[in-house]
Amino acid sequence: MLRANPLTFLGFVLVVLLVVAAVLVVLSPQLLVPYRATQETKAYTVPPTLLRWPPSLVHPFGTDETSFDLYSEVMLALPLDLAIGLFIAGSALLLGGALGLVAGFWDRPGTIGAVASAAILRTTDVFLAFPSLLLALAIVAALGFNLNALLLALVLTWWPYYVRLVRGEVLAIRHLPYVTAARAAGVGELRILGRHVVRNLLEPVVVYFTLDIGTVLVSFSTISFVFGAAIAYPRPPEWGNMLSTFQVNQPITHAWWLIAFPALAIFVTALAFSLFGDGLRDVLDPRTRRALVQSQGVSAAPPPSELAQPTGPAAESAGGSGP
Amino acid sequence: MGRSLEDLAIFVGKRLLQLLPVLFGVIVLAFLITHVAAIDPCPRWYPKAGHATIMHCEAQFSRPVPVQFYDYFTQLLSGNWGTSQSGDPVLPHILAGVPATLELVLASLFLMIVIGIPLGVLGAAYAGRWADHLVRIFYLSGWATPTFVGAILVVYYLAPTLGLPTSGVYSAAPPFPERTHMSVVDALLAGNLPYTVDALKHLVLPAAVLAFINMGIATRMTRASMLEVLPLDFVRAARMKGLSNFVVLYKHALRNALITTTTVLGVTAGGLLAGTVVIEEIFQWPGIGAYAYVSLGATGVPNFDGAIAVVVVFALGVVLANLVADILYGILDPRVEWR
Repeated sequence: MLRANPLTFLGFVLVVLLVVAAVLVVLSPQLLVPYRATQETKAYTVPPTLLRWPPSLVHPFGTDETSFDLYSEVMLALPLDLAIGLFIAGSALLLGGALGLVAGFWDRPGTIGAVASAAILRTTDVFLAFPSLLLALAIVAALGFNLNALLLALVLTWWPYYVRLVRGEVLAIRHLPYVTAARAAGVGELRILGRHVVRNLLEPVVVYFTLDIGTVLVSFSTISFVFGAAIAYPRPPEWGNMLSTFQVNQPITHAWWLIAFPALAIFVTALAFSLFGDGLRDVLDPRTRRALVQSQGVSAAPPPSELAQPTGPAAESAGGSGP
Repeated sequence: MGRSLEDLAIFVGKRLLQLLPVLFGVIVLAFLITHVAAIDPCPRWYPKAGHATIMHCEAQFSRPVPVQFYDYFTQLLSGNWGTSQSGDPVLPHILAGVPATLELVLASLFLMIVIGIPLGVLGAAYAGRWADHLVRIFYLSGWATPTFVGAILVVYYLAPTLGLPTSGVYSAAPPFPERTHMSVVDALLAGNLPYTVDALKHLVLPAAVLAFINMGIATRMTRASMLEVLPLDFVRAARMKGLSNFVVLYKHALRNALITTTTVLGVTAGGLLAGTVVIEEIFQWPGIGAYAYVSLGATGVPNFDGAIAVVVVFALGVVLANLVADILYGILDPRVEWR
């Protein structure tokens, strides 16, 4: 399945490599990280006149203005940045997904569910009216710049997209004949939800989630960049923050590597998840898969059943990424 | 059929009415963030203020929340949006910034349409082959690039190579009156060709960065909806008639796929507007994005009233863009009934 598209495969390999590297950095840092965290002094001496070394064999990414090995710093930030991406997208998925399920499944008029659904949807509309990055910036500005505020700000701005996605899918699934059949056969509502609706939701949600991790990292680094210049040493090992302090202290023209490598780390990580998620969507979505198969000249796929994938709000909400 | 002009008026009117609760919600949410959620707000928003200002601020915040909201809400409605710490009124500043931001956003929307949509068609037409892969790498690269990184790279490396300016809207103060405060439009209105070229030169880089970052949405949506349309019978029929590939793709298929892509207008508004915050700051573009950057405290001197105002104004921008996209969709898709 993955071999259908070399880019999806590339994304998959990169994601696996990044995750393995992050786990290794946490479990046994000495394998991948030659120098310890920035707070510790280093064992080797540097000429005091030249603290910033350009990339060399000893320091593949060069060193920063306090002579710390940049490669070590970038690697040490990897687990944190991945965890941030997973945490934010995951929390948004759980929160938004649960609300989306409620809003999509229990909205029969005249019930408490309908009131709850309406409330959820109106609240979602309000949150979606803000450019998500700006809302996150405002929340960080109000709460103060620290990791907790950043995480909270991004989760608060990210969940509405999952409400839209999940609700759209639920609305499309819940009137399909097999759901009606299950209901006619006397299957309980909760069981229908778990067994027939949620299970069919997983595919689009997982795809969106994979794509989202990259977007989250990019947004996180942007907020970190905007406010990061104001915070003092010791610098937390996070890519966006490294970029921010470097940008202020060292103009890029003096030491390009200080900007290039942390930026490259963000770019590669976000690209890996995007390639993987974007390709996954093409492979999993029967409508695009059919066109892909046809265009590749492989023997014609069987005509898709009319019931396979209804178009509707789901298609729209899945198509548009968040910020 | 429900598609007369009267019906259109009802269609638009209904959507305008639906905006009101969303706008009220926006104002409430902005209030909750700035007034209620804020931890120890006074030292945060007035870091360099004297004792008197802090005392005044704390007195404001210690009032009952409904009273605070009433004051805040009536102030917003009356158009008195407060002042910055140095006494600059907020609203005139923001109003002056709106045209510049609008110009930047429209320019990048234009680039997204003329570059992003054909790329999406290309990707769909050659789905699964190398052209498709290249297109995908291109738009996902934009997606994976943090806005500030893209802007910094362009300012330091691309701009000197191309010999393009990287700050402001004109190289020198213009000799003509700035009526619209949109640099290109003003120069055109004055009939001043050198200044028009100069304004375009200043506009192209920030607009290109903004477009590149958001390109993925346009390309991806076009590609996906083209892939849905391409296997349909009317496309095959067009091919069988012996029409050229170009005509089939752009005249028959894209026309139908584009209806979905119009929603891009609404979806990208948030991304484009958010992008202006960093891009305007780096390119010194005199719009509301740069104002937001400063007001939210990125430079260490936050502006409480300004922060509220930019948040509300940006949300208003997104809501209006969604409205335009919604109405366009209703007009373009003949299946939508306007009643």
